[in-house]
Amino acid sequence: MDAVLDNVDLYLKGFGYTIFLFLVSAAISLVLGTLLAAARVGPVAVLRTFASAYVALVRNTPLVIIFLFFQLGAGKIFDWLRFGWVDIHIGPFDFTSFFTAAVAALSLYSSAFVCESIRAGVNSVGLGQAEAARAIGLPFSGVMSQVVLPQAFRASVPPLASTFIALLKNTSVAGVFGVLDAAARMKGFTNDHADQRWGIFIAFALGYMFLVAIVSAIASVLERRWRVV
Amino acid sequence: MRLIRTKAVVAGLGLALSLVACGDAGSDSEGADVEVKEDAASEFDDGTRMKELADAGKVKIGVKFDQPGLGFKDAADDIPTGFDVEMAKILAADLGIAEDEVEWIETISDNREPFLQDGTVDLVLASYSINEERRAVVGQAGPYLVTGQQLLVPEDSDVESTDDLQGKEVCSVTGSTSLDNAEAEGMKPVGFDTYSECVEKVLDGTVEAMTTDGTILAGYAAQNEGELKVVGEEFSEENIGVGYSKDHPEMCQWIVDTITQAHEDGLYDDAFKATLGPSGVDTPELPEMDACES
Repeated sequence: MDAVLDNVDLYLKGFGYTIFLFLVSAAISLVLGTLLAAARVGPVAVLRTFASAYVALVRNTPLVIIFLFFQLGAGKIFDWLRFGWVDIHIGPFDFTSFFTAAVAALSLYSSAFVCESIRAGVNSVGLGQAEAARAIGLPFSGVMSQVVLPQAFRASVPPLASTFIALLKNTSVAGVFGVLDAAARMKGFTNDHADQRWGIFIAFALGYMFLVAIVSAIASVLERRWRVV
Repeated sequence: MRLIRTKAVVAGLGLALSLVACGDAGSDSEGADVEVKEDAASEFDDGTRMKELADAGKVKIGVKFDQPGLGFKDAADDIPTGFDVEMAKILAADLGIAEDEVEWIETISDNREPFLQDGTVDLVLASYSINEERRAVVGQAGPYLVTGQQLLVPEDSDVESTDDLQGKEVCSVTGSTSLDNAEAEGMKPVGFDTYSECVEKVLDGTVEAMTTDGTILAGYAAQNEGELKVVGEEFSEENIGVGYSKDHPEMCQWIVDTITQAHEDGLYDDAFKATLGPSGVDTPELPEMDACES
């Protein structure tokens, strides 16, 4: 445990990157996933097919392969996909091509799961709701944004929470793709302090558990607040 | 060792797989001419681990599989190649075990101590630098090689030392000592799983340099002749040793004696010339090895 206590700054910085990866990817995948879900349940056949193909392809691909694609493959096809144009520095944190590629991989991967969680919610809203909304003259966008999605989100909170908890832990894959996140720091600590493996492991496991607990707590608050009465 | 790399990038619907296929064009596992001892078991005292291994005629040795010149094995090879592997062959030969009877096991930086502790491997020769923390949990005999950290940059790069890379991103392996050293030198380390991924990143220009032990970099420079070069003074000192289990402290003296003998017989120099020599590194003197406890 001494290894962690003596390097608390590095420990916190590692989890800092984990949190940034999570927040940015969660926001992007929530937006993308919602759009995908709308496309999947929407009336446009082309969009429906595209969205189901996207979900089938991305959900069935291991996350590491998606990371590999962005790190080694994408840049060879389109130069801008090397993300060399990203160069942001906030305090001690650097957000460069590696962080961006990690966010891209995590967001695209998670959005497939977000899409399915929201679709589950949409399916839980009675067909009569959508028909009633159509009957009062709302267009598809109105039906979705005014009537269906607000109800669907409530039913989606538990599966979405699971998706985001998985995303939080998936950020650790970025540790071997150029981001010095908590998982990468843990490897560094165990390499330098081979005699303190257990202490280091427990310290980092506790860090992840703490973050997951926060996500779970937020989910249960939302679940209670948005409960369908 | 020359590799032909075929990079096939398959794109589909904005998502694709990237494959890096390696093919070996003519293996050259020459190495030093190590003579396997006959009736080796009779030379060791009863109850020692060496006696047990010699009697069994089997030894499990952990080496790296991804470091050209030190420990490298591709899918086509049965036996890995490199300087660490040559040292391992010398030790195995002293136990009367030929190289094709050795069980070669891949160890990565993370699992070397656990593998020694639980007996998955009997010896580790995997660019294993000696430090106090490791010696607290496993035995480390040696050093048999002293190396230092340098920089690997593209052939046309102006970078000459770590001063040119202050605040710049430099690639190394996640969780390695090299990565920590790079950070301490004022560079911004980015970590990948293997050194070969870092080589990709240097070749495609995403990072300006990668850093780790000079001997490892020399291997990659030789593999990518005309594209990459090793630059800069060594800014760290790594003492590479042999790992063994703390349950068998008697192995330490045997390792030291065997390597010393191999040096006197010229096998050490032969091994170095055959493996790291082609990358332009001069054969060093055998470093003075630490005394074994008890």
